Amino acid sequence: MGEKEMSTYHRPIPNTWWLKRKPYILFMIRELTSVFVAGYCIFLLVLVYKLTQGANAYGNFMAALKSPSSVALHLITLAFVLYHTITWFNLTPKILVLYRGEDRVPQGLVAGTFYAGWVVVSVIVAWLVLGV
Amino acid sequence: MAKSNEPIWWSLFSAGGMVAAMVLPILIVITGILVPFGLAGDDPLNFERIHTAVSQNDSVELILFIVITLPLFHWAHRFRFTLVDVGLKSVSTLISILCYGGAITGTIVSIVVFWNI
Repeated sequence: MGEKEMSTYHRPIPNTWWLKRKPYILFMIRELTSVFVAGYCIFLLVLVYKLTQGANAYGNFMAALKSPSSVALHLITLAFVLYHTITWFNLTPKILVLYRGEDRVPQGLVAGTFYAGWVVVSVIVAWLVLGV
Repeated sequence: MAKSNEPIWWSLFSAGGMVAAMVLPILIVITGILVPFGLAGDDPLNFERIHTAVSQNDSVELILFIVITLPLFHWAHRFRFTLVDVGLKSVSTLISILCYGGAITGTIVSIVVFWNI
């Protein structure tokens, strides 16, 4: 007998299923934030590479940061990466289910701790990188 | 239960996602807004200062290496499932190889770049 007769039926789902509802679109945007995350990491890698190529190569690269296209790309990337940060921290209470005695630690407190940590980390990074 | 590499990829996805969430926004603000518009003093990312910081300090180098490479695995794991979700399930093995392979390649390139600094 052919295997086809025995296999279960899968209802065909169109590849555009995620355009049907707003939560699906937001889910897809969240997933696509990873492209901008990786893109910025490659940018950082190029920056370090330019650092190995000497003061001129590095200087030219840093000067290009002032170009409108660089600023625009940074702003778009920032929007997507911020969406990653927000959705990521909002999911932490779902993964970190903490109890104090019998009571569950409120979800807002768990997520809030990560947001507070984010602010502290951001200040430290800015202080170290910019040296101000 | 069948043996699976899934926990490894998920751990890297998770660690990379946390690193990205914590440090990338401020870095983007620095390289995209503060530095180009001169809002953070006179050329704080000048060659001398950054080159010295990265080449003379192993911990700076290690942190920068982690910040660059871990999020690549976050991307690989997430993007892999995104492509499957939009209908590329029939080539899911190829997608896995390309995504995780891409992250591994990025890590190897990073090792070479950091080695030469």
